[in-house]
Amino acid sequence: MTIYLDHNATTPLDQQVLAAMMPYLRLHHGNSSSVHRAGRVARSAIDQARIQVAALVNVSPAQVVFTSGGTEANNLALQGMRRLARGRTLAISAIEHASVLQTARSLQADGVNVRSIDVDAQGRVVAESLQAGVRTDTALVSVMMANNETGTVQDMVLVAEQARQMGAILHTDAVQVAGKVAIDFAATGAQLMSLSAHKLNGPKGVGALIIDRAVEIEPLLRGGGQEAGLRSGTENVAGIVGFGAAAELAAAGLKFGYESSLRVLRDRLESGLATLPGVTVFGRYAERLPNTVLFGVAGYDGEALVLALNEAGIAVSSGSACDSHSGRAPSHVLLAMGVDEEMARSAIRVSLGRGNTTQDVEQLIAVLAQQTSGFLSRSLGSWA
Amino acid sequence: MAYSEKVLDHYENPRNVGSFNPHDTHVGTGMVGAPACGDVMKLQIKVNDQGVIEEAKFKTYGCGSAIASSSLLTEWVKGKTLEQALEIKNTDIAAELALPPVKIHCSVLAEDAIRAAIKDYQSKMLQGAGTTKPDVAAG
Amino acid sequence: MKLPIYLDYAATTPVDPRVADKMMQCLTLDGVFGNAASRSHVFGWKAEDAIDVARNQVAALINADPKEIVWTSGATESDNLAIKGVAHFYKKNGRHIVTCKTEHKAVLDTCRQLEREGYEVTYLDPEPNGLIDLKKLEAALRSDTILVSIMHVNNEIGVIQDVAAIGELCRSRGILFHSDAAQSAGKVEIDMERMKIDLLSLSAHKIYGPKGIGALYVRRKPRVRIEAQLHGGGHERGMRSGTLPTHQIVGMGEAFRIAREEMREEGAKIQKLRNRLWNGLREMEEVYLNGDLERRIPGNLNVSFNYVEGESLIMALKSLAVSSGSACTSSSLEPSYVLRAIGRPDELAHSSIRFSIGRFTTEEEIDYTIKAVRDSISRLRELSPLWDMYKDGIDLAKVQWVAH
Repeated sequence: MTIYLDHNATTPLDQQVLAAMMPYLRLHHGNSSSVHRAGRVARSAIDQARIQVAALVNVSPAQVVFTSGGTEANNLALQGMRRLARGRTLAISAIEHASVLQTARSLQADGVNVRSIDVDAQGRVVAESLQAGVRTDTALVSVMMANNETGTVQDMVLVAEQARQMGAILHTDAVQVAGKVAIDFAATGAQLMSLSAHKLNGPKGVGALIIDRAVEIEPLLRGGGQEAGLRSGTENVAGIVGFGAAAELAAAGLKFGYESSLRVLRDRLESGLATLPGVTVFGRYAERLPNTVLFGVAGYDGEALVLALNEAGIAVSSGSACDSHSGRAPSHVLLAMGVDEEMARSAIRVSLGRGNTTQDVEQLIAVLAQQTSGFLSRSLGSWA
Repeated sequence: MAYSEKVLDHYENPRNVGSFNPHDTHVGTGMVGAPACGDVMKLQIKVNDQGVIEEAKFKTYGCGSAIASSSLLTEWVKGKTLEQALEIKNTDIAAELALPPVKIHCSVLAEDAIRAAIKDYQSKMLQGAGTTKPDVAAG
Repeated sequence: MKLPIYLDYAATTPVDPRVADKMMQCLTLDGVFGNAASRSHVFGWKAEDAIDVARNQVAALINADPKEIVWTSGATESDNLAIKGVAHFYKKNGRHIVTCKTEHKAVLDTCRQLEREGYEVTYLDPEPNGLIDLKKLEAALRSDTILVSIMHVNNEIGVIQDVAAIGELCRSRGILFHSDAAQSAGKVEIDMERMKIDLLSLSAHKIYGPKGIGALYVRRKPRVRIEAQLHGGGHERGMRSGTLPTHQIVGMGEAFRIAREEMREEGAKIQKLRNRLWNGLREMEEVYLNGDLERRIPGNLNVSFNYVEGESLIMALKSLAVSSGSACTSSSLEPSYVLRAIGRPDELAHSSIRFSIGRFTTEEEIDYTIKAVRDSISRLRELSPLWDMYKDGIDLAKVQWVAH
């Protein structure tokens, strides 16, 4: 049985979540817009899930707009502000997820000026760059709450204060944070927040955008007027129910110390890595997600090592899953942190999740030790 | 659309369904609404010589709330004088039936119907007994 | 027999148990739960393989190349992507779009948005039978027309447009043709090799697959380009970013596989039930069928019961799950815009019921439905002042109504 250590890419569905979803696949099949009973059952299931997701980030259910996932939530947040941002500036950090970066790029063609905010060597937003990037011409700021590759957590208070002073709306991609660390939407100072179900042991194909009541947003998808007109399309009832159940389980987990149990495992992993020669943990000195370790082994190609780990029955990744197909380009996140290309190519991401054990971590260390000692010469040969 | 218990009760067991002879001088007929709008109410009252509504009957083409509003109204006006009947407000009907905002117009229609019926009766009184009226008051 | 009887298959369908089984295998730790974009481990590869199988299954139903399938979150997104995607990509060629008044809201609302962006849209009137007159379509085409969007099968009245002929016309004029096939896939034969349709919207939950998944067919030969609407990791060859929901896609694939294998037999069975229902209702007085009976999918019956209001009828038919007009507009009090567009007067539009029959409908259910409808119609007509007037020979059209 392969050990799965790639929870930032996706997570397996929790059995309890599956149990919550199954009735909505098998029995209740109403279109929630229909007036008859099957439709009403679907409607009330969605209402319930909205309450559960709202509770995870401490907002009112009316602030939750369900989407087809984190990518759509990020697109909705940015494209939904198109009218406000046209002729003005959108400021984003240099390490955003592709769904923010690429959406920003598309908005450029539409007359939005896009400005990038630098990060330091640990992946944290640089205060001076933030001040230079977020000015009175700035309509919207998008800074992710924690990075999917390094796990670096941003100082949202700092970002929000700058946005507030300049009268800009703040969006934060919290896809990697939700379920791992407790979130209070209001405390982040953001007016828009993206969430995804499949990163917290919920189903793929469902996410949400949390919207501050004072913010007006334009829909991306038009049609039946679902989600208060902000997101048309027949609701993915089973998916939404699964998201709700996963959110409730995640909230309960956080209440009972899930975050610190992840941290204990992560620390164990890092002390193990410290015993190996030539290991660098990226973002080591920043506050990071409790489950994420991005590291490089000097002289080794990350991709090759990851494939070797797969052969040995351990699934990790060499970076963001969403960029995995884009070939061999080194991570834009590491480059933004000032890591050189060779070092960036050595990166391996381990992301822990529910069900992982100390044995899993020890197994990983053991295999890594083997891989990095055993074929040192081979690797050196290829690098020479 | 979720309906209140009271709407469901009136819809399933409508009170006082039927018609009086509109030519009867003691009868006032009110017909309001339009088919194109999705509701038409016909409300008839039978008034005795003391000016008290002895009986009321209705027929309604419309949604459940429209049927319930008119059914309820026939119960309420029975035994009332014309003046008392005119005091019934659409908000009373909406509150009694717990109508949702999108259905408030049904109670407005019911109020219009009783006013039209009373007006019809009074105009018959003014014209004196024996004068015939057309079948349809809404004219 | 279980009540209520579900006769709203055009709104959505239950997931076929075979589909649900496949989906369950792609969710949990012991199944194919990986992210298909994870290229570095077996979890990702398995997910990618499962998605490939589904892509082939969906393509097979419409005789297309699997590479022409782009996954979306459903037909609404497919319609949005097709229309905005073409409009934005080809805006230099022209800014005129032709569609029809009876299209789904996802098409109409998207067109309205494009009008706000400076595009021009012609909304064709269908004929009284619900079908498009090709000559009128041809007359609407201009030198700056870039796209025609006409649905294959209408969601309310079930009529089948001649998309093959529309495709020929559009191709001969060098205009792209999009068709919303949410209601037709698995019910009517679609052959993308033969039909000159450039973009085709598909939905899973209308044919016993899961909600929240759909696809857009984008033709490769001759190549059709669209501008992406969801940006990100560049999934789906850059046309639609976002982590692929493996279980949903696998469910859609299985649903399309089943449809391909069973649609012929199932269609005949459903048509028999539909005809049985119509025969049981048609000899009542003042009953009107909406839309052409011949050029219509087997499962749809849309009937107006004159002098009875639709919502109260639905209330009376609480043992039946049916719809008055389209589900997507049923929380508003407006009469169906589709029935208005085919020239039905408001009162007939208000009194319409859509019965949609599907895979799990039985003869017993149809017989129960006939009786329930007949009883309810009689009861509501007893309550209806309009019925009295009709019986008294009054022409309602000549009455001066006190509208409010």
